[in-house]
Amino acid sequence: MTSLPAQPSKKKLGLVVDLDICVGCHACSVNCKEWNTGGHSAPLTDQDAYGANPIGVWFNRVHSYEIVQDTGKSWTVNFPKSCLHCEDAPCVPVCPTGASYKRSEDGIVLINGDYCIGCKLCSWACPYGAREFDEDAGIMKKCTLCIDKIYNENLEPQYRVPSCVSTCPAGARSFGDLGDENSDVSKLVKARGGYDLMPEQGTKPTNKYLPPRPRNAENDANGQQAKLDSVDTSGANVIARWVDKVLSR
Amino acid sequence: MHPAKSVIAFTTATGAGYGLLIFMIALNMAGLLPSDATFALLGFGLAFAMISAGLMASTFHLGHPERAWRALTQWRSSWLSREGVMAIFAYGPTGLYGLVWYMSPETLATPLMMAVGLVGIVSCLITVYCTSMIYASLKAIFSWANSWVPASYLVLSLMTGALLCDLFAYAFGFSTTVLDIAVLVLLAAGLLVKLGYWKYVAQTVNPTTPETAIGLPTAQGGKVRVLESSHTEDNYLLKEMGFAVARKHAAKLRMIAIVAGFVAPVFLVWCSSILSDSIAVYPLYSAVFVCAVGIVVERWLFFAEAKHAVMMYYGENS
Repeated sequence: MTSLPAQPSKKKLGLVVDLDICVGCHACSVNCKEWNTGGHSAPLTDQDAYGANPIGVWFNRVHSYEIVQDTGKSWTVNFPKSCLHCEDAPCVPVCPTGASYKRSEDGIVLINGDYCIGCKLCSWACPYGAREFDEDAGIMKKCTLCIDKIYNENLEPQYRVPSCVSTCPAGARSFGDLGDENSDVSKLVKARGGYDLMPEQGTKPTNKYLPPRPRNAENDANGQQAKLDSVDTSGANVIARWVDKVLSR
Repeated sequence: MHPAKSVIAFTTATGAGYGLLIFMIALNMAGLLPSDATFALLGFGLAFAMISAGLMASTFHLGHPERAWRALTQWRSSWLSREGVMAIFAYGPTGLYGLVWYMSPETLATPLMMAVGLVGIVSCLITVYCTSMIYASLKAIFSWANSWVPASYLVLSLMTGALLCDLFAYAFGFSTTVLDIAVLVLLAAGLLVKLGYWKYVAQTVNPTTPETAIGLPTAQGGKVRVLESSHTEDNYLLKEMGFAVARKHAAKLRMIAIVAGFVAPVFLVWCSSILSDSIAVYPLYSAVFVCAVGIVVERWLFFAEAKHAVMMYYGENS
């Protein structure tokens, strides 16, 4: 059934992405592709993989933005984006076949590849671009939150996290139950002011983003970007001034 | 959004087909179209051909057409599924009405066949409404998620259907002033509803912006600028939702849609209504042709001009 669960699940498994930490190395994207091409929605196919115009299915993409404030201050934000496993997932009810569904036990949004007819409507309904069509298989694919890893009893408990989380070299990604307010991830969201993407779309995303921490105020007390001043030679001694004069010719 | 040929063919052809069925049945029930067997055969035949071809076209773009039957199962939640169920249901009463019209037209006046005709008309209208709601229910595409969309799909379906019905009526010498006036009123209504839609889209502010998309900057105001794309090559999202060609020629294409889809047909239908019976049908042939061109351009623009929220992540402005 592609209706959303009647009651939102108590358990809401999801990710917390710390934009203060992410260095934009794309390791999460690459390891996601690596794990999932052998996982639940395998394979993640590519077309023309070694040719001039390669294109393929990825569940996780890392964008980079410059934030320019009205004061003139600016900074860079590396922004990983994957399925947010929304509570009111707009991709689920639009599915005409029952292939797209949200699990009532933990809130993970999945696709049953045997039912999908490849109409692409779910990808139109998702405002975040979390779903990508597999041209080879003719079906839609999306982040599974590594469902085949997080519940995998053949792995040591510490490895039962999504591959984007386990591979992040900077520790920018956390995984846990965002429905439990005492979980580590919920505490992190509370402490750091974690927020939803596109709240106006009414999707109630499970995944949260942590904003970059405020910059150190001492560096820019006047509200100006810290920058190098040009060299002032007027206070230098006679030899230094003579060297500067000779070398400036 | 990428304007797929299959979806343009599906929405325009089925819309005109259902509109034609509605006018054939309604005018016959009102006693304004005679119960001529050949007329019924051609009218219903063309309508069912257009509807069936449109439905077939919509399955061409599926990744797994052989599983298309599954799309009939989720009518509780999905407008696409509802559309499929209604499209199949509508064949029943409309097909029966057409068959009876062809086989024993005198039976059409019975209360039972009047009821069948009425159910047929209503099921055609519901099917077109379901088609429009496939698009109007997508909040992620700001210019679609409004009631102008179902309004324009319904009016344009009736308009194109009435025009086709008028052509048949003239070709068989069954033309009536009522139908001529209905076509002219619907052409005017079609133009108004499209102008209203375009005005609405131009004047309404999309709440989704690049700033809400990445959720920064939170407090002090400011702007988000793309520094580096998340991938060096093309991807599915850009191909399917990043279509931007239309914006370049949008004003000219809208003018073509207005003139070919509405203004020229009004003039040509008026010509037919004042010409002598022997030549009156010829302006209507041209009217159907230019209107078809105009409506295809209109539908192409409907898809191509629509901006998807995900493009905020790729440097699009709201």
